[in-house]
Formats: sequence, C-alpha cells, structure tokens
Amino acid sequence: MKEFTVFHALVSIKQVPDTTNIRIDPETNNLIRQGVPTILNPYDAHAVAAAVEWKRKLGGKVTIITMGPASAVTSLRECIEMGADRAILISDRKFAGADTWATSYVLTEVIKAVHAEDPIDLVFFGKQAIDGDTAQVGPGVAVRLDLPVVSYAVKIHEVDLENRTVVIERKTESRNEVIKASLPAAMTCEKEIAEIPYASLPDLVYSLRYEPELWTTEGPISFDPAQLGLKGSPTTVFKTGTPEKHKAGEVIKTAEAGVEGAVKTAFDKILAVDGMASLLGVAK
Amino acid sequence: MTRRFWVYIEQEEGKPHQVSWELLGVARRLADQIKDELEKTGDTALVEGVLVGHNVEGIAREALHYGADTVYYVDDPAVKHYLNKPYTSVLTTLVEKYGPEVFLVGATTLGRDLAGAVATSVGTGLTADTTHLAMGSPKEGEKKLLMATRPAFGGNVIATILCRNHRPQMATVRPRVFSMPERLTEPKGQVIREDIAITPEMINAEIVEFLTDKASTVNIEYADIIVSGGRGLGGSKGFDLIKELADELGGVVGSSRACVDAHWIGYEHQVGQTGKTVRPKLYIAAGISGAIQHKVGMQESDFILAINRDPNAPIFDVATMGIVGDLYEVIPAMIKEIRARKEAKHG
Repeated sequence: MKEFTVFHALVSIKQVPDTTNIRIDPETNNLIRQGVPTILNPYDAHAVAAAVEWKRKLGGKVTIITMGPASAVTSLRECIEMGADRAILISDRKFAGADTWATSYVLTEVIKAVHAEDPIDLVFFGKQAIDGDTAQVGPGVAVRLDLPVVSYAVKIHEVDLENRTVVIERKTESRNEVIKASLPAAMTCEKEIAEIPYASLPDLVYSLRYEPELWTTEGPISFDPAQLGLKGSPTTVFKTGTPEKHKAGEVIKTAEAGVEGAVKTAFDKILAVDGMASLLGVAK
Repeated sequence: MTRRFWVYIEQEEGKPHQVSWELLGVARRLADQIKDELEKTGDTALVEGVLVGHNVEGIAREALHYGADTVYYVDDPAVKHYLNKPYTSVLTTLVEKYGPEVFLVGATTLGRDLAGAVATSVGTGLTADTTHLAMGSPKEGEKKLLMATRPAFGGNVIATILCRNHRPQMATVRPRVFSMPERLTEPKGQVIREDIAITPEMINAEIVEFLTDKASTVNIEYADIIVSGGRGLGGSKGFDLIKELADELGGVVGSSRACVDAHWIGYEHQVGQTGKTVRPKLYIAAGISGAIQHKVGMQESDFILAINRDPNAPIFDVATMGIVGDLYEVIPAMIKEIRARKEAKHG
C-alpha cells in the first residue's frame, strides 16, 4: 500500500494507422499502406489527457507505456507534450504478431515492474484501438493484474488517495453507471473522459528532447518466451480478404428526372417492398 | 462426448438483450454444421445458454424458446447488476466445469468487457466483433474449428481468425449482424440453476448510482426505419430536417461518424464501425459519402435509399436506390410526398 498521497497514473497507448485514410487498391485488392499516416490512437489521447488532468489536480506523475515498433516514439513524445512525465517503449521483434492475449501478457509484466518501483494508482486505456477495434486489451490486463476495471469510462468523479478509492462514471447501452472501486484500479476511456489540452511551452520543449526508455526481451525485465508474439497467441489469422461488394441499385438524377419525379420514383420502389406500406402507414 | 456451443445470455435490469437470441440462432447453425462429424464419432452437440443475474429464471426459460437445449443460470442478489469481476469469476467457473467448444458473447458494451476478461481468465483466444461465423476444416480432413470472420482496419479488410489449441473458441458478435431465430412455442430444453457462491473477494467495485440520460433512450440498433445524415448536411441544423423526415416516416435519426466528431449530434446516433450496426427495413442516407466504416454498419439493411450530390459517392455502391441531387431539395420533397400519400390513404 502507498504511504504518500501523490497520484501515479499509467497510460497504455498504441500507435495506429489512421484508418480513415486507408484505401484498397482496386486492381490487386491489397491494402495501400504507403502514405497512410500513423497517429496516436484517438481514444488513448483522451486517456492521456484525463491522466494528466488528475495529476495536475492531485500532484504526482504520469507514466506512458506502449508496445510497438521504434516509430511509436513519436506517439510517446506526443504524450509527453500533453504533460506526461515518463515514457517506455516496449519493442522487440519477438513481440511481433502478438494477439490481444499475448499483448496483454507483455503489458502486464511491464506494469508490474513499474508498479514495484513506483506504486501505480490508476491504469488508463483507450476504450479500443481504431485499427483492431477489439477493446480486449484493457480488460485483459486488468484481469491479469487482478484490478477492478471500469470500461467505457466517461468521467472520473473522484480520486481519493487517502481512502484508496476511485469513483468513475461509465456508459452502458441504456444508461450511465457510477462505480466506486478500490485503488489501484484500471479503466478504459471514451473520448468524453477529457478534452485534449493545448501543450504548454515547457512541456513542448521537454518533449522535443525527450528520449523514451526502451524495454526489450533483453531487459530490464524478463518475459516468458512461450507467451510472446505469434507463438504466445491463442488466435491466428487464417486468411484475409476484402469485403464482399454489394450490387449497386438504380440511380436517378434530380437534374434529369426533377426533384419531385425522383422522389415519386423512390417512394414507388420503397412501397413495392412487402410490408413497407403498412410500416410507413401509407397506401401502396 | 458432448460438444457444447455456448451463448452468453445478457440481461440488464431483468431484461434480456435481444442479441442473446440472435446468438442462439447462430449457435444452432454452427452445431448443425458439424453433423457429419457427429455421425462418424457418435458424439452429440448441444446449444446452451449461460446467464448470470438475480431473479432471472424467467429469462433462462425464455432462452429455451430461441433454441437452447440447456440454460445454466446463477441467481444471486450480489450479481443483480453487471460488474466485471464477479461475472468473470462465475463464467470462468462454469466454463471450467463444462468445457464448451465454442462460446459466443454479444458485442455490447457489457459483453465486450466481459468476454475480454473471461478469455484472459480462462486462458483462451477471443475474436472480437465477428460478422460471419462457421464451423469448417482449415485443411481437408482436419477437425472442424470455429472460423470467425471480422472486419479490420476500419472495415477495409476482412480476416478469418482461428483459435486452434485453446478452448473454448470465443467470439463476440455485434447485435443485428445476424437475424432473430423464430420463437418456438413448445421448447424442449431445460434450465439448470448453478449454485456458485459469490464471495467477498469477487467484489472489488460497486455501483453507487445509475444515471439515465434522455439521449441514451434513442435505440437505433433495433429500429425498422432510420434516416441518417452525414457531412453533406453542412451543420447541426441539418439534423432538424432529418428528424422531420424520420418523424414523418415513424423512424429514428442516424448519423455518420463525421457529424458525431463535429458535435452536430450525439454518439448514440452513430452508425458504423465505431458506432452501431443496424439492419432496418428502410435506411435513408442523406449527405453521407459512404466511407467503408459507415457501410459496414448499415449495408445489411433491407432497402437503402442514398441521397447525395456527388454521383461518384461510394454510398451508391450499396444503395438499393440512389438519388443524385441536393438533399435540401430532395428531403423536403420527400416530406411533402409522404404527407400526401398518408392523406390519400385516409382521405
């Protein structure tokens, strides 16, 4: 148990391709990766913002970790620019091909090591990464660490370092729930959790020169090789393809048929579908 | 040997989530796909539901009507509401007791939270947000595995994922990706209450308050008619017109991600990869260009009417019918037309 009352937040982030810019080569059906920018996963950026906001309220520090290629350093610097204090890049060819299970193993080992030196109060994740969209790593790490986890968090109501509790509001399908959990705890964040702050000049200057720590399978901690990368992943990709193309229907132009003509044709076609007239409450 | 196909029956406030019934339909189809193997080995296949909550026997019985052979349920006031750890503990115990081959969970907010935790706790693989599921042999003659197909990279790619050496093979499935099975009037299955003690160590968090905001009562997922607006609306005011048409048609308002990101409308209206998957009878897309992320969320709609000024907008590729024109001319004309047709019926 922590004896001092400064806040230590750890945020696990991911650098992702900007999926809104991905295109498929119509000839080869291959993903065009060239020229696709990589970005800090948007949900993770909001998680970092929330961690920094609470550090400023309570005093303390924010540690960022990410597993990924060397290029992920730019995303770590972005977090430092937002006000984080320490960043760790976990990078090694042996981690390549990890599914969410093997990824959560590595992150868990790193978080344990950071915690042993400098006890962590709250572990933040984005709700999901926009490339994989699985939303599995956060709950997976929490289970491995045996931490309470609040997913889809939209607001932190209170962090009570004296009584070791946190009150977090989360979103479910039908409502919001306010959950009180014991610290340390884990959470996965929606964008509403915090606004992205403008970088302060000192943080900006600091981030430019900041060199994240590099953690590999060589150290500073050791990993069980059987649980790493492709070999440590229960799931494997069997095949990939492009989504089936749907058949395009008739298209009419208002410039040719006139607005009213186009609308009439559209309604005739819609109402020709069985059951549609009664659904819309009109005559066929 | 019994080969078990499990479905998590999700409930909130004593109400079952409809995706549970959709998944019982899927599980039945999967079980049917291994009939050839069962004939050879003499094994049997069962479709089974698992349910956690308080006073949930009625839901367990209802699950039988959607084709479950067995429903195992845990009934305890301590698990009345969903919390990650006690639900994960209970399901882990049940998985270890019965050893299901396949375990499907609805990709709702609660279901995704739960499935990720259960898979980690059991030590197996999980494929998230699947859109197609089948039992098939990866190589000829090999025992059939769950082939779980899901979109990746924002829907630009589809990948089929296998979990070869760990059980159960787990997958989450979005609501509305699969259709509802028919409700059986005389179900044959049985419900079994499982006595699993909820110990204080399982409780590491508590719900202190429920907040229901008005916006969250919009449920686009199960709507029959959706009128969606996109960037082409040009601003948040454009949704007034969308709403007017939706009201006139008896439908609800949807949106593309661009409008939600621009704060023109709330997230609960968002259709697509990072929003909701919908399959209404009628989907009207106004001013939506049709990025793949949007299309994957609505392309299973029965009838899609797209309205866009750009004749090359990709939305027309999935539209049943397209109107190339200015939505600010077309939608008012549609409102006028539907009013006239309603009057024609009553007059």
